[in-house]
Amino acid sequence: MHLILDIAVTHLIHRKRQTLVSVLGVAMGVGFFIAMAAMMQGFQRYFVAKIIDVSPHIIMKDEYRTPPRQPVELKYAEGAVRLFNLRPREERRGIKNGMAVIDAIARQPGVAVAPTLAGQIFLRYGTKDLSATLYGIDPDKERRVTFLEQDLIAGSLNGLHTTANGIILGSGLADKIGVSLGDTLSVISPAGVILKMKVVGVFRSGITAKDNYESFTLLKKAQILQDRANVINQIRIRLGDINQAAALARSLEVRYDYRTESWEETNKNVLGIFVIQNGIMYSTVSAILIVAAFGIFNIITTVIHEKEHDIAILKSIGFDEGAIRGIFLLEGLAVGVIGTLIGWALGYGLTELLATVRFSIEGFVKSEGFVLYYTFKHYLIAGCFALIASLAASYLPARKAAAVNPVDIIRGGV
Amino acid sequence: MAGQALIEVRNVTRILPGPVPVTLVRDINLSVRQGEFIAIVGASGSGKSSLLYLLGLLDVPSQGAIFFEGANTTLLNREAQARMRLVHLGFVFQFHFLLPEFTALGNVMIPMRKKGTRPEADIEREARSLLAEFGMEEYSHRLPEELSGGERQRVAIARALANRPSLILADEPTGNLDSKNARQVFDIFKRLAEKNGQTVIVVTHEAHLAKQTHRQIRLLDGRIATVE
Ligand SMILES: Nc1ncnc2c1ncn2[C@@H]1O[C@H](COP(=O)(O)OP(=O)(O)OP(=O)(O)O)[C@@H](O)[C@H]1O
Ligand SMILES: [Mg+2]
Repeated sequence: MHLILDIAVTHLIHRKRQTLVSVLGVAMGVGFFIAMAAMMQGFQRYFVAKIIDVSPHIIMKDEYRTPPRQPVELKYAEGAVRLFNLRPREERRGIKNGMAVIDAIARQPGVAVAPTLAGQIFLRYGTKDLSATLYGIDPDKERRVTFLEQDLIAGSLNGLHTTANGIILGSGLADKIGVSLGDTLSVISPAGVILKMKVVGVFRSGITAKDNYESFTLLKKAQILQDRANVINQIRIRLGDINQAAALARSLEVRYDYRTESWEETNKNVLGIFVIQNGIMYSTVSAILIVAAFGIFNIITTVIHEKEHDIAILKSIGFDEGAIRGIFLLEGLAVGVIGTLIGWALGYGLTELLATVRFSIEGFVKSEGFVLYYTFKHYLIAGCFALIASLAASYLPARKAAAVNPVDIIRGGV
Repeated sequence: MAGQALIEVRNVTRILPGPVPVTLVRDINLSVRQGEFIAIVGASGSGKSSLLYLLGLLDVPSQGAIFFEGANTTLLNREAQARMRLVHLGFVFQFHFLLPEFTALGNVMIPMRKKGTRPEADIEREARSLLAEFGMEEYSHRLPEELSGGERQRVAIARALANRPSLILADEPTGNLDSKNARQVFDIFKRLAEKNGQTVIVVTHEAHLAKQTHRQIRLLDGRIATVE
């Protein structure tokens, strides 16, 4: 064995209990990090896959971010203008020239676009009334923008074409109102139109809010129901590369003036929570590793204190300061490496344990247990953290050891 | 080989700084030829150990300089001084210092392993023969705590000889030995000097041993009083 390593290992082996405590400290930090990271990232990735990726990446709505400026304000742009009794005109809402806008957007590469007319409706079946959101869609375009077709647990998207007045309901909605495939129910719009519609499909996305409140029909039928012929009020876009969404949304909003949200903006709150979650995870693990680092600092300081004579001997033999420093850095590193290896095993065990935990929650998304994300990256990050912590913890004592003046100790005698 | 100046000490003074500065040695001038066997004698507290630390590059003169093979060692940086100790110097302390976790053999092997120019098997063979020279071959696998004071001293001497240093510095190496073993150690030193051309400087307070050397340097209050 290399001499420096030999001496370092000898020091540690002669302090088994202290070494073990330091090693376990590191192992715990590493292990918990791996388990926590698997849990948090698993949840986050599941969430992104479930909620963000199944939804359109960009939604353009018939709204404006800022209210239109009044003529008087435009005239006296520099002046202090205050208007009273301003009452909004009952505008005919919707995206102007919607279909032309869609064609223009669809010309860009890697972009799928679908028109939508969204509106509130009442469903009536027997004695039950339920309110829901009805989306008028073009099935052929919808297919390329959302996962509605894949989420169907009964019926088909084509049913909208083949049935005169077809409607697709979320599974929660269908359960609550008590209909199943083939049943006919009444759909009532705020415009006062009533249509008898036949259930041609039921979908379950796993996202509670969607399954309990959303329904789909042909765009034409929705326009009839809402009494808004040829109007669309949402344009939904899906991209080949999800990371282009923010930039494209911004440019579309500049061009068309309509409020255009990327998935990041729509899910701002959730993504913010992710940042906090990760922050909590990293601070918890840092805290554990700081404690572990103190353990390492402690053992190496003790060793150096006890080994002053040995350091003096080694220096007199001809070990230079670098070699002395090396011995004690190596001791810290050894604790870090062994701790990391045990921590990896611990982390693996903990994640396996978490994977067996079963429970049922129905919040944002339905889940029966922890969704875990396994990646080599977590092991790597935890290992780097631990090694840096152990090197940092041993650096100061090692430097002190290297500075020992052998004569001071040798003169002192035994 | 003998005759060439190995060490040249010029006007060396070592003062420990502090509120009350302590003078360890003062105005030392000394020239040591290669292959010389020298004794440093003097009363307790006269500065014998201090001079030896200076010669061993473990301490630095406050004034003056020490030349080794013509090179001013005082100007070397600490790494170079450490390297010099490893390759050219062998030190035996007044109080034997062995690494407690290493066996007798392990201790003797350390300087050679640190130098790292030979295969481990060679090093071990050499370490065994060094131990054998001091009658310690049977104890090679004992830890220092399993050895008597005299046995430890002999292991420490064997370790000092490990890299065949050109200068051996020993601070009362026979303090823990009976007269038979003490004489044996001095015989070995003498042989190293006369046969191998290695230079040996020994601090001793035993007059009959000091007489065996080529030269006796007597210190008095940190100064060289007489050279005989
Ligand atoms: N760290 C120190 N602080 C103050 N005085 C010191 C220190 N180290 C040594 N001295 C003094 O310096 C003088 C020389 O010490 P040194 O150890 O060289 O003597 P020595 O000749 O080796 O004595 P001995 O035969 O007892 O080993 C002594 O008077 C000692 O008290
Ligand atoms: Mg002394």
